[in-house]
Amino acid sequence: MPFAWFVALRYLRDARGQTALILSAVAVGVAVVVFLSALINGLQASLIDKTLGTQAHITLHTPREVPRPIVLATRTLAIARVVQPASQRLRSIDGWSGVVTDVERLAGIIAMSPMVTGFGFAVRSEAKEAIAIRGVIPERLLAIIDIRKRMVAGLFDVTGDSVVIGSTLAQALDARVGEKIHIVTTEGADEAATISGIFTVGNEGANKAWVITSLRHAQSLYGLPGGATALEVKVADVFNAEGVARALHERTGLEADSWMKQNAELLSGLTAQNNSKLLIQFFVILAVALGITSVLAVSVVQKSREIGILRGVGTPSRRVLAVFLIQGGVLGLIGSFIGSGMGAILAKLFEALGRSANGEPQFPVTLSLSLFVSASMLATSVGLLAAVIPAIRASHIDPATAIRNG
Amino acid sequence: MDESLLKLDNVTKDYGARIRTTALCGINLVVERGEFVALIGPSGSGKSTLLNVIGLLDRPTSGHVFLAGTDTTELNDVKLTGLRANSLGYVFQFHHLLPAFTALENVMLPGWADEGFSSRTMREQAEELLASVGLADRMRFRTTDLSGGQQQRVAIARALSRRPPLVLADEPTGNLDTVSANEIFELMRKFNREDGTTFLVVTHDERIAARCSRVVEIVDGLIRNDRLNAPATAATFQSPK
Repeated sequence: MPFAWFVALRYLRDARGQTALILSAVAVGVAVVVFLSALINGLQASLIDKTLGTQAHITLHTPREVPRPIVLATRTLAIARVVQPASQRLRSIDGWSGVVTDVERLAGIIAMSPMVTGFGFAVRSEAKEAIAIRGVIPERLLAIIDIRKRMVAGLFDVTGDSVVIGSTLAQALDARVGEKIHIVTTEGADEAATISGIFTVGNEGANKAWVITSLRHAQSLYGLPGGATALEVKVADVFNAEGVARALHERTGLEADSWMKQNAELLSGLTAQNNSKLLIQFFVILAVALGITSVLAVSVVQKSREIGILRGVGTPSRRVLAVFLIQGGVLGLIGSFIGSGMGAILAKLFEALGRSANGEPQFPVTLSLSLFVSASMLATSVGLLAAVIPAIRASHIDPATAIRNG
Repeated sequence: MDESLLKLDNVTKDYGARIRTTALCGINLVVERGEFVALIGPSGSGKSTLLNVIGLLDRPTSGHVFLAGTDTTELNDVKLTGLRANSLGYVFQFHHLLPAFTALENVMLPGWADEGFSSRTMREQAEELLASVGLADRMRFRTTDLSGGQQQRVAIARALSRRPPLVLADEPTGNLDTVSANEIFELMRKFNREDGTTFLVVTHDERIAARCSRVVEIVDGLIRNDRLNAPATAATFQSPK
């Protein structure tokens, strides 16, 4: 065994009380870091999941129509004009299927779903409710938002005149699966449809207004045969959605809205949460580092005579340095293992304790291997760094003085 | 090699930055291979300081220390450390073993520390040495579990573990009862006789000094007396020239 390792481990084993004390300090520190990360990451993941559960990462739609002048000004002709903003009508994206094939091939794009969206009313006997119709290709929609998992009654079936509606809307219309409703669109169409399923998602707006039907059905409702008014996109890296959106805008000329732009407040909240998490973790780690430093510094003083003897019998000072650096690193590493375990147990306990009515955890936690690996690496390097000053002091001990004073 | 094992050329040593205390005021000393030298003198006379300077633990304020012909005052710390590991053995008072380690580990320490890794040869040599000082059955004991005499045997084994030409001992019998002190002294004499290892022993004990081949007396930082003890020590004069 290398000399420095042997001496370092022996010293740690020998000073059992000190070692246990500092190990528990490191463990508690790492446990706080792991627990906090697991909790905050879990909360953020579930928040984002809820937000993106009913929302595509990016939505592509046609740009707003702007009035075009008929006569252009020339050198000899000045024009005075009053411009009236164009009224926006429901339009299909030109050559949308070409856009889909083109964009789908790009890296970072997971799925695309063309849709026709429009507004209208759902009518059932006396009840009239404002609705948002979403005509989709089922398998394409499901690749983006898995509505099937959110069904509370019936099945996700949009064939023929079948529609799937939100639970709040169903309640307002007092409609059940298998019953019929009338759909009146802004384009004047009025058709009967059969409710095949009812869903509940995290977004109350969707529960209250969404009526999902087939693309073809929606096309006929809005008089857009073969058209699609929006393309929804799912990307691999949700936090890069804005960047991808800009790239897609450049590429297709269509308006591209990312979820990040639409949820700017949520994002800034998440960032603030992340910053406060990092701040807490920083101070906890700092306290741990100071703890390691002070225990090792005391140990150097206690052992100065022994270090003097080691130097006296011919131990190079770099090996004395290594002895204390190794102690710091080993304390960090072992402490991080214990702490990771403690943090994980704590997080799981916390998750198990707080459950909401439907059995889902109120505080979902995310424990990943990478969290443990990074916590261990952090603690080990903090241990090493914390040991630098005591180690340098130890390596500078003058053998003659140490032995004489012994 | 006709140079002496140890040669001190007008060595002085001062302590203190503001109030200077002179511990050594110009020591000239030559020790040949195979000698067994007692260094005596009253407390505070500079014996231990001299031993530290010879042991390369302390640098002299002025003058030169030659070890086997090498002027050690010119060497940097790394080279001095290497010389300490390989050319010198130390026997300090009994508490200078490392308490966290077993007797065997203590004896292996100088080689291990110097080379960085332990080897089987290192272990075997250490075991052999411990057996030769009569501690074959105590090798795995922590040094804190050994008696004063046993601890000092371990210290001697440690000092000899690198087969250094020169062993320095600071009051090796100072804390021992008469019987143990005698045993320790005899052990050192044995290694001196059998292996030709040179010993330089600081002692208070007149009886011990009387049994050394040469007695150097230090008073107030100067050598006052340097005499040979003829009778029982004829062997030491067969040292190689």
